[in-house]
Amino acid sequence: MNGYEEFHSGLEAPKGVWWKPAHKSEKIWFGIAFAWCMVLFAMMPLWHWKGGQNPSGIRSKVDPAAFTARVNEFTATYKVGEDRGMPIVEPPPGSDVYLLGRMWSWTPVLKLKQGVEYTLHISSADVNHGFSLYPVNVNFQIVPGYDYALRVTPSEAGDFRVICNEFCGVGHHLMLGRVIVTDREGREVNRRDPMPGVPQ
Amino acid sequence: MSHTIPRPAAPPAEAPVLERWKSRICPSTGFRIDRHADGLIKANAVVATVMLLIGGISAILILLTRWQAVHLLSPVWFYRILTVHGMTMLIFFILFFEMAVLYFAAGPLLNSRIVAPKTAWSAFGLMVLGAALTELMMWTGKADVLMTSYIPLRADPMYYLGIIMFAVGALIVVGIFFGTITVARREKTFTGSLPLVVYGAATAAIIAFITLLHGAATYIPAYLWSLGLIRYDPQVYRMLWWALGHSSQQINVAAMVALWYLLGALTVGSVVLNEKISRSAFVLYILFISLASAHHLLVDPGFGPAWKVVNTSYFMYMAVLASMLHGFTVPAGIELGQRLRGINQGLFGWVKRAPWGDPGFSSLALSVIVFGFVGGITGVTLGTEQINILAHNTLRIPGHFHATVVSGTAMAFMGITYYVIPLIFRKKVAFYRLAQWQPYLFGIGMLIFSIFMTFAGGFGVPRRHYDTTFSNAPFDLQFSPAVDMVTAVMAIGGLIAAVGGGIYILVTVWSVFFGESLEGVDVTTLRTGVPQGLIRPPRKLVPADTAAIQERGWLGITPGTMVLVLIFLAAFALYYFTNWKQLAAVWKIG
Repeated sequence: MNGYEEFHSGLEAPKGVWWKPAHKSEKIWFGIAFAWCMVLFAMMPLWHWKGGQNPSGIRSKVDPAAFTARVNEFTATYKVGEDRGMPIVEPPPGSDVYLLGRMWSWTPVLKLKQGVEYTLHISSADVNHGFSLYPVNVNFQIVPGYDYALRVTPSEAGDFRVICNEFCGVGHHLMLGRVIVTDREGREVNRRDPMPGVPQ
Repeated sequence: MSHTIPRPAAPPAEAPVLERWKSRICPSTGFRIDRHADGLIKANAVVATVMLLIGGISAILILLTRWQAVHLLSPVWFYRILTVHGMTMLIFFILFFEMAVLYFAAGPLLNSRIVAPKTAWSAFGLMVLGAALTELMMWTGKADVLMTSYIPLRADPMYYLGIIMFAVGALIVVGIFFGTITVARREKTFTGSLPLVVYGAATAAIIAFITLLHGAATYIPAYLWSLGLIRYDPQVYRMLWWALGHSSQQINVAAMVALWYLLGALTVGSVVLNEKISRSAFVLYILFISLASAHHLLVDPGFGPAWKVVNTSYFMYMAVLASMLHGFTVPAGIELGQRLRGINQGLFGWVKRAPWGDPGFSSLALSVIVFGFVGGITGVTLGTEQINILAHNTLRIPGHFHATVVSGTAMAFMGITYYVIPLIFRKKVAFYRLAQWQPYLFGIGMLIFSIFMTFAGGFGVPRRHYDTTFSNAPFDLQFSPAVDMVTAVMAIGGLIAAVGGGIYILVTVWSVFFGESLEGVDVTTLRTGVPQGLIRPPRKLVPADTAAIQERGWLGITPGTMVLVLIFLAAFALYYFTNWKQLAAVWKIG
């Protein structure tokens, strides 16, 4: 005999007391799996401490109308040009920057500088939107009534897009914004010229 | 006939109450099947199949639209059909099927009658009515809000009301499930503890209860809000909705794992290694129910980092541990069940000699593998607070959940159907050869689909999006040319799966309505038309069988499974840390 008395299927009611010691392999796997779950947990606080990418931000409630007014004021103050009728805004390096999502546009077009930390305030004037920066691929949920202020440092110069990736009505797929990042000297680098023929 | 399923003794003479309910004894399994259990299982299964058909057609339409080379639907109809697909599949198909599972677990598996049958039928009527009302609102364009209906997007009040009616019906069924178990115990239709499969179903029922309460907290205010009676904060709505939305997926997980144990027992006579481990793992699902809900809010503005880290893990990810335990005990039970019956060659002789032609077994195997390797690994990784920045609302999200809820849950549901048709409907499985191919087509199609959808998401391709060429957008955006290829392969995988899904519907509908009856037939004399697990049921174990067991050092008594789970862990760690590395490469953000 090797110490095993009986086995039954999951369809049978176990006889008597079923709270019995686990087999060795089960204990080993339990130990490994538990340790792995601890790693899964530990990585999150660790990344807050050592990592550079966290969804924390500065979060506050804001009235959508008040936020819209703030964006308009910001746009008027720092407007440097237009792109297809949409204002291009170049705020001072390191300042607070505003981006408004609404059906179905992201306004304004932002012009940022590489290597500088900005506080990027994003909110919505109407429904939920999804901020998805292409091709960097960072994604945030934008909820009306909440100002999500993320400290971002563009690490590369170029011409970027803001996709809306939360369904926001029938024009959702038309909602596309633009972010320009100039290099450390403030020059535009068009690695990919997005719109040939349109003056930048 | 030898069989692992216990043959219950004749109803005890001292329990005259048993005489009051009409039942039949299943000739192949010995289950005592109450007339109402019979009817309720059938009715729920039939409606579930209708829902699967609606959801499946909508799936094909969506697929042929997202495949940019085809781009079938108009934007309005794309978003409308996407709404229909989500609600019909994730809520109506799954829950109707789960209601059938609950009746099956509490009724036949415990040899019990269903309590309060009139109430049970009313609950079924209410669910059908609610589902029909919601479908009507969606198809008539009064609820183009997608499945999540995030306010302030507004649907017709009748849409929310339909969901509330459906949920109330489901809640009543959960009550009947527990009532039936209580009565079964009082009437001594079983002795001792619940069998593990029923225990798992009970776990699903408890989670369903929690989920449906969250559903009420979400949709009743939404209904009032849609009527203009109250204010409703969009962030609070998102939190409550996901307390419903992901908890409902935990119902699916618990029900699916219960079916894993059931399918294992029916197809290869798998055993329970240790009741304590398996049952504790089910309890962990209940205790850690909120974790996955918080995963949906990781990049939301309404919650701070401490809230996110704690609620996504409760410090220790015990729900993940639970799935990792079942991921061990289910294949280990299959392995040991085979070894005890003499299939004891090498590490993987039990895999090689498993009944791969039994659609119940192949569904089980594919369900376990794809759920674990694709759904599980991606799910935990995407549900990590910071990694979610890379993935939120991209195609990686539906890539993940099609691997869990479709390749995992729906696949297990399909597998058990091949046993339910002969056992409950008393019919042969029609087009049996096709049925044998069905799990492979569906499983492998969905595997391709979800893996390539995940790839596409990695390029930042958004989910729920009509036109990723942005042809009418104010600016241009050209995804990497690889994306075209990836989405085309995804579409082909999806179409293969759709063929598999179509075969499933054909086989089940044909079997049930036009199939050859099995009344009076001894299934063990058949050569085909019913799954192998019924023709040659796994031999009943005797104590002497345990002599075959060998401890192989730290690999234990199920060495093959130990090797498989270690491969799994290696894949998990690789995927997880690759994502951290990718994250470290993007802009500094915080």
